[in-house]
Amino acid sequence: MSEPQAAISARDLTRDYRRSRTSLLHAASPVHALRGVSFDIQPGERFGIVGESGCGKSTLLRILAGLDQPTGGSVLIDGTDISRLPERKLRFLRERLQLVFQDPMSSLDPRMRVRDIIAEPLVAQGIGGRNDRVAELLAAVGLQPDAADRFPHQFSGGQRQRISIARALAPRPGILVADEPVSALDVSVRAQVLNLIMDLVEDLSLTLVFVSHDLSVVRHVCDRVAVMHEGQIVETGPTVDVYENPQHPYTRRLVSAVPNLHRALAGTSAADLAATSAGFNRTELP
Amino acid sequence: MTAVIDPVSPDDAAAAVLTVRGLGVSVRDVALVQDVDLTIGPGERVGLIGESGSGKSLTALAIMGLLPEDVTATGSVRLSGVAHDLIGADERALSQVRGRELAMVFQEPMTALNPTMRVGDQVAEAMLIHRTEPDRRAAAASAVARLDRVGLPDPAQAARAYPHQLSGGQRQRVVVALALANDPALLVCDEPTTALDVTVQALVLDLIVRGVAVRHSAMLFITHDLAVVATVCQRVAVMYGGRVVESGQVDQVFTKPRHRYTQGLIGASDLEVVDTRGRLATIAGSVPAAGSFPDGCVFRNRCNHSTELCKTRPKWTGPGSADGYACHHPAGLQHV
Repeated sequence: MSEPQAAISARDLTRDYRRSRTSLLHAASPVHALRGVSFDIQPGERFGIVGESGCGKSTLLRILAGLDQPTGGSVLIDGTDISRLPERKLRFLRERLQLVFQDPMSSLDPRMRVRDIIAEPLVAQGIGGRNDRVAELLAAVGLQPDAADRFPHQFSGGQRQRISIARALAPRPGILVADEPVSALDVSVRAQVLNLIMDLVEDLSLTLVFVSHDLSVVRHVCDRVAVMHEGQIVETGPTVDVYENPQHPYTRRLVSAVPNLHRALAGTSAADLAATSAGFNRTELP
Repeated sequence: MTAVIDPVSPDDAAAAVLTVRGLGVSVRDVALVQDVDLTIGPGERVGLIGESGSGKSLTALAIMGLLPEDVTATGSVRLSGVAHDLIGADERALSQVRGRELAMVFQEPMTALNPTMRVGDQVAEAMLIHRTEPDRRAAAASAVARLDRVGLPDPAQAARAYPHQLSGGQRQRVVVALALANDPALLVCDEPTTALDVTVQALVLDLIVRGVAVRHSAMLFITHDLAVVATVCQRVAVMYGGRVVESGQVDQVFTKPRHRYTQGLIGASDLEVVDTRGRLATIAGSVPAAGSFPDGCVFRNRCNHSTELCKTRPKWTGPGSADGYACHHPAGLQHV
């Protein structure tokens, strides 16, 4: 296999979803959620995946995390192919790769205390020394030690996302996969959580996979980015290059459609954003 | 009255489309919005920005008369062309105004539309209820024309679709068509593009701006996204803790903020400015829950500049409600 040292290596991934039939005579055509996705992520790299809703980024993430199986192709985590492994053989993956989800309210069990939430991956994997580890993790994500005895609803959105991050870090993973981790947060809290993620990735030498629809967030966090559109990666490269000099027409549309404070103050109007994002095909409103 | 803003001077209540004075919203004893003053002239686009819990959506709902039952509004909301005050008006009077002089675009187009009714009928209904079209046939034809103008492909076909058959962007286009159906004097938009993808957002923002510009309508645009406000609006009011803490022209507020909260918000949202370690500027702490903001200056428990003085409520400094700030230690001034 190519590049056995890559932290994550995806080769020609495809995933088809079947649709329910609408006709007695013909089977419904499948949805091709992923259509030949390949990339390598090196250890210690901060890799961004951007795309709009329906582009396949969530499907890709589920396959990388071993929560779903591809229709075709393979995923290698540290050189081990996980794409055909049954759940009971994925234990190494659960230690190696952890997830942070978008909405901290729905990804934390409301009936569990924070201590038990953070310790749950340790319990699942039979790792001891849990109380010390929980205290250590709370400190690492900037929460008070007494937070351990409280419930998720007693925290604000930003603090809940800190709890999610602490839980993800509990089994000392080498790879952190974050799915829109700051999209549900307020602006003033978003900056705090982004700084925390950057700190942890540096201090713990993590490999980061950061999925977002927001190019400006990805630009701030990631070294390299892949742009997804209709189940394919249309462009990939160093974040700065993709941002400053997008090659693919879709990337160009995406970059120019994002409202930007500096550009807006320089006079960019909604009509300018719309003109570039629609490829000058907008309909006229009399 | 130094900073006069075209097309009308904002404190000139006679020419204004919307005049809000001393608006307060409370639930039982808890004040959620306090002393909001807002004036919008014809053709003017004003942004209302703030984080969740700042009271911006409640302000919009109070103006629309759509507050939930146990939530009460005080103060005054006047709309040009409407003889009575909207605060305290009964539902019958309000429903004459809503959808006619006053229209709203909501955040979530799926819940704003009736799922059991074809979208063309929904647009036609708005015109029939307010009798801006004489009969069903004329209203149906007008609905198709209006769906065409918001850029729905094949409008005659789209008019027969149910909301679930349309994409998110198409649904929001229908909501915009519905809101603009009776050429309202004031359009209130509450996070109209937050649920949409960026390329669709750009198209819908353009649609809204052109829609209000051609009608010379006033617009109140509510969002947490500073870049969207700067793209769409001419003036902006910043809310925090249920109060307007600063307002002014967009370029003034975003380049020379005076309130420390505005300054912090702009710093935290700018992802291109980082310190030597590559970290973003932040505001300490998080937004308190409703009703637990500090007295005096609402921002003082998160502010680096707060002093004893901040335990007293800062006065509004500036020529009028459209330009000024409420801060004891404003940024960018010599005196402290």
